Amino acid sequence: MTAASISASPISAAPTLEVRNLQTHFFTRAGVVKAVDGVSFTVPRGKVLGLVGESGSGKTVTGFSIIGLVDPPGRIVGGEILYQGKNLASLSEEEMRHLRGNRIAMIFQDPMMTLNPVLRIDTQMIETVRAHTKVSHEEARQRARDTLGMVGIPSPDERLKSYPHQFSGGMRQRVAIAIALLHRPELIVADEPTTALDVTIQGQILAEVQKLAATTGTSLIWITHDLSVVAGLADEIAVMYAGRVVEHGLVEQVLDRPLHPYTAGLIGSVPSRNKRGEPLRQIPGMTPSLLSLPAGCAFRSRCPRAGEECGIEPPIREILPGRDARCHRPILEAAEVASA
Amino acid sequence: MSVYLLRRLIQALGVVLVMSLIVFIGVFAIGDPVEILISPDADQIERERAIVALGLDKPLWLQYLSFLGNALRGDLGRSFVFNEPALQLILNRMPATLELAFGAMFLALLVGLPLGLYAGLKPNSPVSKGIMAGSILGFSLPTFWVGLMLIMVFAVQLGWLPSTGRGETREILGMRWSFLTRDGLAHMAMPALNLALFKISLVIRLTRAGVRETMLMDYVKFARAKGLSPARVTFVHVFKNILIPVVTVVGLELGSTIAFSVVTESVFAWPGMGKLIIDSINVLDRPVIVAYLMIIVLMFITINLVVDLTYSVLDPRVRLEGK
Amino acid sequence: MSTTTLPAAPAAPAVPPKVETPFRRFVSEFAESKIALGGLIVFTLIALIAIFAPWISPQNPYDLAQLDIMDGRMEPGTVGGDGFTFWLGTDDQGRDMLSGIMYGLRISLTVGAGSALIACLVGASLGLLAAYAGGKTDSAIMRLVDLQLSFPAILAALMILAFLGKSVTNVVIALVIVEWAYYARTVRGTALVERRREYIEAAQCLALPTRRILFRHLLPNCLPPLIVVGTMQVARAIALEATLSFLGLGVPITEPSLGLLIANGYEYMLSGKYWISFYPGIALLITIVSINLVGDQLRDVLNPRLKK
Repeated sequence: MTAASISASPISAAPTLEVRNLQTHFFTRAGVVKAVDGVSFTVPRGKVLGLVGESGSGKTVTGFSIIGLVDPPGRIVGGEILYQGKNLASLSEEEMRHLRGNRIAMIFQDPMMTLNPVLRIDTQMIETVRAHTKVSHEEARQRARDTLGMVGIPSPDERLKSYPHQFSGGMRQRVAIAIALLHRPELIVADEPTTALDVTIQGQILAEVQKLAATTGTSLIWITHDLSVVAGLADEIAVMYAGRVVEHGLVEQVLDRPLHPYTAGLIGSVPSRNKRGEPLRQIPGMTPSLLSLPAGCAFRSRCPRAGEECGIEPPIREILPGRDARCHRPILEAAEVASA
Repeated sequence: MSVYLLRRLIQALGVVLVMSLIVFIGVFAIGDPVEILISPDADQIERERAIVALGLDKPLWLQYLSFLGNALRGDLGRSFVFNEPALQLILNRMPATLELAFGAMFLALLVGLPLGLYAGLKPNSPVSKGIMAGSILGFSLPTFWVGLMLIMVFAVQLGWLPSTGRGETREILGMRWSFLTRDGLAHMAMPALNLALFKISLVIRLTRAGVRETMLMDYVKFARAKGLSPARVTFVHVFKNILIPVVTVVGLELGSTIAFSVVTESVFAWPGMGKLIIDSINVLDRPVIVAYLMIIVLMFITINLVVDLTYSVLDPRVRLEGK
Repeated sequence: MSTTTLPAAPAAPAVPPKVETPFRRFVSEFAESKIALGGLIVFTLIALIAIFAPWISPQNPYDLAQLDIMDGRMEPGTVGGDGFTFWLGTDDQGRDMLSGIMYGLRISLTVGAGSALIACLVGASLGLLAAYAGGKTDSAIMRLVDLQLSFPAILAALMILAFLGKSVTNVVIALVIVEWAYYARTVRGTALVERRREYIEAAQCLALPTRRILFRHLLPNCLPPLIVVGTMQVARAIALEATLSFLGLGVPITEPSLGLLIANGYEYMLSGKYWISFYPGIALLITIVSINLVGDQLRDVLNPRLKK
């Protein structure tokens, strides 16, 4: 692991969060599942990092590791999650709890499931306010109302008295976003928050989040499998495969000219990039089982460019200036091959 | 809401009619009604007179209508043994049974909820495994035998608790209650525990299953992601969700608790409805049996109705559908 | 032996479907739980004791000539008048408790398993019919099931016995009436799912007779949940029979089941002569627990939802 290359992030201000060689493993009966195995990235202040990968690539587990909610049999076995000079992975549960929902918030994938069905919206918002600040019930309610207004919920006073089932999916996700924003956190981990929504509502929410992040100065980790979402929203992108980051860089550079064959495959399989009438392009094969990863590069068996050296695990390295990838045979132009 | 209530009431009325028909058939068609309704000590002339008086010479459907009419006026016949109206006899015994049943349900929740919660939160700890093994035992132990063992240990060997009867009672609302006196409570302790045993196991299992299911829900993880204290997550977010099914089932179990008090009351000679019905069956005091059955049916229907209404108050989603 | 008219206790309905490889997998999955395996062994032992009671019990408790009233209410381990050791004591008639329990098990198991078997036949048939016929037949049968299930078993059984009078046959009838609904509901639920499957459609296309489709095609596929419910219901039936006998409404006093043995000891309990009630209760408890343990594991193994 070449830590030096990672700290040379494309944007070099003091980052909000820095993840170094994170390892989160699940100790199941069938064996140890290395869901996250040496993930490193930085989240620059006020910027959006898109964390992209297929299901099972470890992106969600990375999100839960950051917020300290990895449930048994999973646990963080190595690496550091640095926030304000503190390693979150080594904080006690009580210390972590004070950060959660306060300085670091999370938005979940399915808005139909994230709000407690038997508690009113006001209860669920006020308890969040009062978990971290000593304010009166009235003040907390006031703040809840203001935040609901901020995420674009009409007549927030009435809506506060509603139960979750009285909201549509999009509205519920707005409530969840409002809850995440209650304490103006420095970082929000958003785990596919628009996947379960209609495309039109997805667009609205994305625009809303972008605006909010810009006005409040909140950094975002946007976990998704959808490259088109990341393209419009993120500043930086980290592509994950089989528990590792395989490519990392500025979003326009990576999407324009991917270095890693896997990234190239992902981009190729976005339907809008295919020509009409032509069969959709796809990456051959399946995500390998994390229980029995073959030696060497995990993408080797599906990779069109794989060669003999790929039997040895490639390190992540800066292949072009500001461009990291984990590949022995990156996709380069002839001129670059010599320099790289 | 009121439409919903009305619909439920009409349904309930339908069930009462069906049950009255079943009881009627049970008493009048399967058995010999003359034998069932007229004291076996009566002589021939008395029998003839009673047959005419009871309308047993009329066609069956007319008999059913008059049975219904009498039942509506609260006349379910006279007990041969006590020579009192059967309904009155049963109503007098009802407070004893009710306080025993409610005592048992209270104990079941008091013991079962915390144990089930613990077993659900820490499913792999040895204590939880012990709790679950205990609950299998609670399901398997025959109630009457446990009652006998309780008497043997606490009344005979240790001499801590009285073995039979209600003890000292105090009168409220014209009914006598044991739970208001210290002596009465001492008498109630063993029977209530005995009756509660099965329900404790039930509550433990329901609570544990509920906790384990709820803990996996996204909204619990989201509650934790909000930085709430573990106590708040457990007791507000998890507990309120499992309370709904547990309360429903326990409420529905009130009927079966009252029914099972037949056994407990016999073991501890607790003078309630259950003891009365067993004695009545043993001496073939059939008007009392019929009256008991009709009362139990009414009770069941009322319980079901009340549970449904409580459920709609507890779960906002049900309330909406009722509108 | 005076009571060889008793039918041998039928085999527990926990017999798994006999298909080659799935059966072997079933056996190995079942054996994964040592507790359940223990339960099965204990239950087999109990069943063997019940079946062979006339040959292995030290005394024939129903033969009054063998009883000596002078041996009445002896403590466990006492040596009786004719040098006979009463390991578990004697009851008020001077009956050896150990022999009494062995014979009592015989009656309890016969009544429990017999009623469960009949209830299973009746309930499964009605459940199949409801699922297959649908419409009015279905709703009529299910209304009856709901009504039956909303009424506590003990009360229903009490009432039936109150109307019919006491006898072993009537106890079995009462238990069947109380229990058929569980089987009906279980079979209907599974059958509703199964009947939409292609193999039923294929059988219908072949114009096979309805009865053949029901019993040769539909029923075998509804067996797993039926076996689980059946196991649990045998335990329930045994407990219910014991309770009814204890209340004096069950089997006649001449051939006491475990429940009646316990009831007989009730009045001596207060004077500290615990063994008359205690040991039959232990026998009853072990029987019910062992069946429940087997049933619990069967449910886990046969429930496809729990398979990972």
